[in-house]
Amino acid sequence: MQETPRVASLFLNVPDWQGHHAGQHVDVRLTADDGYQAQRSYSVASAPEDARLAITVERLEDGEVSPYLVGEVKVGDKVELRGPIGGYFVWNAETSSPLLLVAGGSGIVPLMAMLRHRSAAGSKVPARLLYSSRTADDIIYKEELDRIASSGDGVEIAHALTRAQPSGWKGYSRRIDRDMVREIAWPKQQSPMVFICGPTSFVESAAGLLVDLGYDPLQIKTERFGATGG
Amino acid sequence: MEAAEAKVDGNAIGGLLSEIFTMEMTTAESTCASCGAVNPVGRVDVYLRAPGVVVRCPGCEQVLMRIVRGPGRYWIDLRGTRCLELAAPE
Repeated sequence: MQETPRVASLFLNVPDWQGHHAGQHVDVRLTADDGYQAQRSYSVASAPEDARLAITVERLEDGEVSPYLVGEVKVGDKVELRGPIGGYFVWNAETSSPLLLVAGGSGIVPLMAMLRHRSAAGSKVPARLLYSSRTADDIIYKEELDRIASSGDGVEIAHALTRAQPSGWKGYSRRIDRDMVREIAWPKQQSPMVFICGPTSFVESAAGLLVDLGYDPLQIKTERFGATGG
Repeated sequence: MEAAEAKVDGNAIGGLLSEIFTMEMTTAESTCASCGAVNPVGRVDVYLRAPGVVVRCPGCEQVLMRIVRGPGRYWIDLRGTRCLELAAPE
């Protein structure tokens, strides 16, 4: 399923899948006819409660794996998976602290798994998402996020568009900064759980802004995927 | 490409470490032999584009681990890690 011009979600039937936690990833390995192998990590996008495992992949023009997964792969094709992987960048709906999610670009994927898990598990913890994208066309899961935000289920969503904004845009029109974080973040006294995912420079600046606001670095969980995933 | 963007974090080597240690390792606590900082593996700095994998302390930037995977073998240098504390399997 195409999410944006460069991003697609794949739905996988995995025999004997042991289940996963929201925030975990899988390693996808492709083997060429000549035996050459390439492997990349992709965050799981689906909730643990969902019937099929979903990953969401951004196509990178010089990538070895993503151009196949976004564009070439066909229904019925088989891929080699390892996982689920990770226990650090993981959120469980039994947690009672407010949730603060901060995403840059395709860093939304594991955070989407958390929002989907929150909804599927019937969690009522208040949640806020700050999601930075380049343009409106680059917003992944846009319709689903709009639905979640308007459902009155306790999730507030703020978008920032850093490169271009459509006319009448009501969200932020700049990169993440101190004022933005101050407006979105829960007061530190509420001891929110914080998950930040995106390119390394985005994650480090977002985490730094929260620490400047008095957040304990240990309550901020981050996943930095570099410039790209491959 | 900026040097900063070659850096990812310990979440990215969860799969590799689980091959070696056969358990979930991103929640393991690592103690830096150089500065004594204790961090979960998910939080440390990782450079995947070095020859092999280089893991550095997010506090003092000293090397915590180097892992090279060759055909059928691993080489693991843990000199920079004073201690790894991890949950025993249930």
